[in-house]
Amino acid sequence: MTTSTPTETTEPQTGPEPAEDTADVGATAVRRTRRKLVLRWMGMPALLALAFGALYLWVSGQELDSIEKRTLNASALTQRVIEHLQLAAVSTLIVIVIAIPLGILATRRSARYVAPVLLALGNLGQAIPSFGLITIVVLLAGVGFKSVVFGLVAYSALPILRNTMVGLQQVDQTLVKSARGMGMSPMKTLLRVELPLAVPVVLAGVRTALILNVGTATLATFFGVKALGYVIFQGIQLDRTPVLIVGAVMASGLALLVDYLAGVVEELLTPRGL
Amino acid sequence: MTTTDMPQATSDDAAGRAEPMIRLDKLTKRYRGQSRAAVDQVTMEMPRGEIVVLVGPSGCGKTTTMELINRLIEPTSGRIYLDGEDVTTSDPDALRRRIGYVIQQIGLFPHFTVAENIGVVPKLLGWTKQRIGNRVDELLDLVGLDPSDYRGRYPKELSGGQRQRIGVARALAADPPVMLMDEPFGAIDPITRERLQNEFLRLQQQVKKTIVFVTHDVDEAIKLGDRIAILSEQSHIAQYDTPENILSNPASAYVEDFIGSGASLKRLNLSRVRDIELATDCPTARLDDELPEVRRRLVESDWSALLLLDERGRPQRWVNARDLDRTSVDLRTAGLPAVATVEPHATLSDALNEMLTSSAGAAIVVDRSGSYQGLIDFDTVMVTAKSIKRDSTEYYRAAKLSGAETAG
Ligand SMILES: Nc1ncnc2c1ncn2[C@@H]1O[C@H](COP(=O)(O)OP(=O)(O)OP(=O)(O)O)[C@@H](O)[C@H]1O
Ligand SMILES: [Mg+2]
Repeated sequence: MTTSTPTETTEPQTGPEPAEDTADVGATAVRRTRRKLVLRWMGMPALLALAFGALYLWVSGQELDSIEKRTLNASALTQRVIEHLQLAAVSTLIVIVIAIPLGILATRRSARYVAPVLLALGNLGQAIPSFGLITIVVLLAGVGFKSVVFGLVAYSALPILRNTMVGLQQVDQTLVKSARGMGMSPMKTLLRVELPLAVPVVLAGVRTALILNVGTATLATFFGVKALGYVIFQGIQLDRTPVLIVGAVMASGLALLVDYLAGVVEELLTPRGL
Repeated sequence: MTTTDMPQATSDDAAGRAEPMIRLDKLTKRYRGQSRAAVDQVTMEMPRGEIVVLVGPSGCGKTTTMELINRLIEPTSGRIYLDGEDVTTSDPDALRRRIGYVIQQIGLFPHFTVAENIGVVPKLLGWTKQRIGNRVDELLDLVGLDPSDYRGRYPKELSGGQRQRIGVARALAADPPVMLMDEPFGAIDPITRERLQNEFLRLQQQVKKTIVFVTHDVDEAIKLGDRIAILSEQSHIAQYDTPENILSNPASAYVEDFIGSGASLKRLNLSRVRDIELATDCPTARLDDELPEVRRRLVESDWSALLLLDERGRPQRWVNARDLDRTSVDLRTAGLPAVATVEPHATLSDALNEMLTSSAGAAIVVDRSGSYQGLIDFDTVMVTAKSIKRDSTEYYRAAKLSGAETAG
């Protein structure tokens, strides 16, 4: 309460919101909930900054030998992080592009019969251990970025597929009827009513897939892609504890950071009024 | 006193000549995998500008019948005519934009603001933003919600009654000639429902739509319907007639059963306050009038109480001679508060209800803006209630009179 009072008094100075025709009451309410969100959103970054700061201080205090220095320097680590994120981002994007339309298709009345088939495939992709799955892909297509992405896509398709289907199925059918009753075409009904209402559930699926991919991308080191798993693997192979610790902390920290960012996006994209 | 069914009788004749707005011809719907049709060979006509109420027990096919009209449900057989045009096979989306629909659960989109909800059909019809905005404000005014306050709200920020009104406003948005309303005042407390019903009738006087209205509440049907179709299983029409005729001549035991007991009390739902003569000779004064003037008016009238109005003519307090004789009189607090107010479109049943609940001997009639129009008292209601049944009572009275004459 005490923190909200000073911010409230500064409100007029922030000036009016861009000329929107929503009522003032509504706008103020939104500003207030957004502010609450911002407060809530501070926690995780602070924690991560603390963890990374401590890690940095600890590593700086260590006497690093030449082997350790080869792995633990800014440019090498940045490269690992970039490759890691590329893997996760590309595979998640591909899953989104494939699984969301399939999920939509599976919930259309005329194509209902594909639903069990798709779900079975998705289940299969997730049930097989990811390490084994990627190994199979690599055996078939050789090592490299593409093979790993392929494996990740197969592994993380299910959450998005399933959540798209569930998200659409849980939309109140009376709203669909209401939309159709007013003369919306099936496509318009999908785009303007069903999908927006399914957004929270679909996004939760995307978030899950993203986390799976960020986590599993660590394994890419065994298939020729030097993501953060490479640092950990080096630490183990060369028996260098600092390297091992840096790799482990960075991999976990990155996963937490991505999860956190996905959560923020999720909240921002959830339609107002829900 | 003119009978209340006079105007109805003339509109009957007019409808008989003109092309009905909606005509259903042997309309049948058999759901897949069911041996019995949910709606079986319904043939009926809905006259232009009238409210036709479909009433019947749960599951008798009211919703199905209604959704056959805008083809949310495709008929198994039979034909639908809208304004003389056969729409049984026309483009359903285009058809639905011509028919306002309030579904049983209202169905406001939770992620749309009130304005966006109301603007759905105009937007589909390609209206400009400006025009939609104006229309939204106009409709919000029409249903009694302040546009500046409500247009930006989301449905979850509304009460149940407000949602119902937005649902009605949304169905009216593109000014369709026909409206389908499926229990629009269903899940709502009795007081709010009554208010919404009155507003709805006032609205209909302005917009004059052809309305198909579904309910399973007989009282609501009697109050709102120009015509009532009492349905039994499979949407079979047990009786389709004016409320008066249904009440006085139920076509079958089923109908009689459905109307239930208290048909004569229900008749009070048929006459409205505006149809009967108000007492307008009651003395009134303004709150800011001089005290001697107020006293004079009361004395000069043959009433024992005077009604005080505020500067905008709204009833405030009842005062009698004793209240005005005190040494220091503040008109704002003198006497009793003026309660039991009704609007002209309220039914006599509403008026009677007001009188009974406020234990006032009369109801104060006010217009839309709340300013005083006249009074309606208990006796007037009783006389009117009787005059609806005049046909039968007049014989009785005549018999009594002639009996007295011969005796004297
Ligand atoms: N989609 C459907 N599939 C199969 N049967 C249905 C379907 N919709 C309704 N029915 C059946 O058709 C009959 C009529 O249903 P309808 O919804 O029209 O009743 P109703 O009169 O509107 O009832 P209520 O007052 O409860 O709303 C019922 O027996 C119902 O079980
Ligand atoms: Mg129904």
